[in-house]
Amino acid sequence: MLKTGTSAPDFELNDTPDQTVKLSDLRGKKIILAFYPGDWSPVCSDQMALYNETLKLFKKHNAQLLGISVDSKWSHLAFSKDRNLHFPLLSDFEPKGQVAKSYEAYDEKGGTSQRALYVIDEEGTIQWGYLSPKGINPGADGILEALEKLDQNQNQKS
Amino acid sequence: MSNSLKPDVSSQDHSQGSTDAAVTLVEYGDYQCGYCGEAYSLVKDAQEALGAKMRFVFRNFPLAEAHPHATAAAQAAEAAARQGKFWEMHDMLYENQEALSSQDLMSYAHEVGLDPDQFKKDIGSDTISDKVEADFEGGARSGVNGTPSFFVNGQKYEGDWLDGALTDFLRSQL
Repeated sequence: MLKTGTSAPDFELNDTPDQTVKLSDLRGKKIILAFYPGDWSPVCSDQMALYNETLKLFKKHNAQLLGISVDSKWSHLAFSKDRNLHFPLLSDFEPKGQVAKSYEAYDEKGGTSQRALYVIDEEGTIQWGYLSPKGINPGADGILEALEKLDQNQNQKS
Repeated sequence: MSNSLKPDVSSQDHSQGSTDAAVTLVEYGDYQCGYCGEAYSLVKDAQEALGAKMRFVFRNFPLAEAHPHATAAAQAAEAAARQGKFWEMHDMLYENQEALSSQDLMSYAHEVGLDPDQFKKDIGSDTISDKVEADFEGGARSGVNGTPSFFVNGQKYEGDWLDGALTDFLRSQL
């Protein structure tokens, strides 16, 4: 995992079959990066289905969520449609896992990203990170706490 | 990650059993979630096994995008609570998880003996939808990562809950 205070490595990945998202184009917003092993885990325990519901809480902090896995853009499209997801799923597909590797969140053995979370501030600096133990959905509480803390610090400065 | 319940159980909660019971089980659940349907009968088993030693609290955690009827069902249970029939409606919803359309909800209201006009008014009110959202937000902050999620005496329970495992764990906490 990259340390807090590190500049977030830039990337450009497909979020739909014909569109890409570039991290550095999103400056001015807080970014939540959620690396996860793969699409299609059962809905009731699915991390992305949970975040889909907590988006409204993230938005209060001017934060944009990006899900990232090594699944293809076509899998993401079908998964997103099936679950009514309202945030982009990025395809870290070719070269496989390159972005996950640059964020030190890749599981070489399994060939997927790990379950890793990062919160990046408006200037593109990593402000919080968390690597979840294997098989555990980390929930949204850590992200919410990190976002609140960032807002508090910013209010104190201004 | 955070493993403790926020906010604590209070008189605002729907609960069964004594406030000074040795063990308090809190469930965050969704009325349209199949696993929660399984949990419904396992919680009943636990209540039967532990009797007065256990208190049970239910909070709403509807995964609305995945389960289109979950929010309305949660609101129906809260609206029933306004007429003192939360648990009757809660049970009715879990026993009829496959049928949760607005028409179904009205007929359950009738079956549990609610004043239908009052129910209709309450189910669409801001107070009720705020209550469901507040439950959800509290759950998200407490580390609820899916449904059902259980907290035992304020700590998130990550263990197995199927096939009597929940009852066994609760018993071990006495």
